[in-house]
Amino acid sequence: MNTPRRRLRQNIARLFYWIFLAATLVGVLTLTVLLIDIWRDGSPWLDLDFMNSFPSRFPEEAGVKSALFGTIWLLALTALISFPIGVGAAIYLEEYAPRNWVTGLIQTNIANLAGVPSVVYGILGLALFVRALALGRSVLAGALTMTLLILPVIIIASREAIRAVPPSIRDGAYALGATRWQTVREQVLPAALPGIMTGTILALSRAIGESAPLIMISALSYIAFLPGGILDQFTVLPIQIFNWASRPQPEFRGLAAAAIIVLLVVLLSMNAVAIYLRNRYRVQW
Amino acid sequence: MVSPLRFEFGSSLPQSAGDPHPAGNNLVLEARSVRVWYGNFMALRDISIAIQRNQITAIIGPSGCGKSTLLRIFNRMNELIPTARTEGQVIFNGEDIYADGTDPVEIRQRIGMVFQKPNPFPKSIYENVAFGPRINGFRGNLDEVVEHSLRQAALWDEVKDKLRHSALALSGGQQQRLCIARALAVEPEVILMDEPASALDPSATLKIEELMRSLARNYTIIIVTHNMQEAARVSDRTAFMLADEQRAGHIIEYDLTKAIFTKPRDQRTEDYITGRFG
Repeated sequence: MNTPRRRLRQNIARLFYWIFLAATLVGVLTLTVLLIDIWRDGSPWLDLDFMNSFPSRFPEEAGVKSALFGTIWLLALTALISFPIGVGAAIYLEEYAPRNWVTGLIQTNIANLAGVPSVVYGILGLALFVRALALGRSVLAGALTMTLLILPVIIIASREAIRAVPPSIRDGAYALGATRWQTVREQVLPAALPGIMTGTILALSRAIGESAPLIMISALSYIAFLPGGILDQFTVLPIQIFNWASRPQPEFRGLAAAAIIVLLVVLLSMNAVAIYLRNRYRVQW
Repeated sequence: MVSPLRFEFGSSLPQSAGDPHPAGNNLVLEARSVRVWYGNFMALRDISIAIQRNQITAIIGPSGCGKSTLLRIFNRMNELIPTARTEGQVIFNGEDIYADGTDPVEIRQRIGMVFQKPNPFPKSIYENVAFGPRINGFRGNLDEVVEHSLRQAALWDEVKDKLRHSALALSGGQQQRLCIARALAVEPEVILMDEPASALDPSATLKIEELMRSLARNYTIIIVTHNMQEAARVSDRTAFMLADEQRAGHIIEYDLTKAIFTKPRDQRTEDYITGRFG
């Protein structure tokens, strides 16, 4: 028996347990401290007036109304545009596209596009939507830019959801005389929809926190009105937060913290909906 | 060691005596010199086989001999595999289903299929059966079609009170009978069955076999099976397939089931059914 050696091995095993535990706790603890800090700074400012007021030079009168509504407008419009395009592309790639090098090239490119920095999409949006298509600094230009940003994510998530539908389901439909479209519409899409919805919501919750592309297309930070249509100007929560946080007065730091709480609540509710959809409607094959 | 004489034969239906190579009006399907490739690999070579109406034809042979591929040429399911290519003719009621302008969608309505692993749609029992008629533009009493199909598949009594429940909650044997009911609902002439009982326990297998015998009164059935006892029990005719040195499948012998199992003409058939290989 080689007892000292065995003790050494046991100690090494124990050491790694603590290293891995510490690695896990770094993230959790940092996030907890951050949340507590933001809550301490922001909660005194958080009330109905804050939700119901436009931004102002005077901290006591300032609120997130325009930023919150701008975010909701932007998200809704982005979802409306990106969902059909993303799902359509995923259906094409999974169900129709021939398995050849062109399709392979498209797939590789989509995966790469998902990793492109968001500010690059902002520059593209500025050149294409704001200038070339003359949409100005509108909600529509912002939503189109955000669509470019999250389309790759939606396509990838939708493709995975569609691929998770077993081939035997398609065979079953084809064997009954279903056309390709009937098979996709009646069997593949309903079975894949929970996964597609989950992926889309998670992609949108990425979009909700983005500020770089919107700064590029010059979404304003001081807006004292609500967008009335898709061609109106707008601002969003991250830009409002950035604006307040960069001011010297300490009161605005509190406002920024309060706006972060609002943003987190929107974000976490979206993620909660995604988790609910996934657990409620997932098919166990 | 199983002797070929110890097989039990399905005795409920008379075996049509005489001519082992039928011709004429009683033919429903006939493959003529069919070859199938997957890419550059030839999976089937020179397949010719004539299928009798209202009989059960079994296709037996070892794994990888192309049984399933042969089954899938009869309803053009093979062409859903991207690299598959088919040559030759398959005559269905006098018309070549591979002729230009023939719609595979229409062929599959008339030649149904049941798969090896039960594959009910993740929907209610009712919706599973109603799907076929619905997509084929059925205008009539869907409830009646569903009930009739489930009765034919000997499943009605077990599920009549839970038609709106998920089909995935049924047992494996029930799921397979549901898949048969689903195929019957579009009123096909021929039903192709690809090892329909291989994923089931013995009592569920027995039910499926009894069901096949009763369906043979109104339908033509072609069944691929690994199980020689099953072929002997349920089928009227049996085709024995093997793969050659290039792994291309072909038919060694096709005859009345009784003849195949009692006095096979080819040594390889005898070796296979007596369990010497495969």
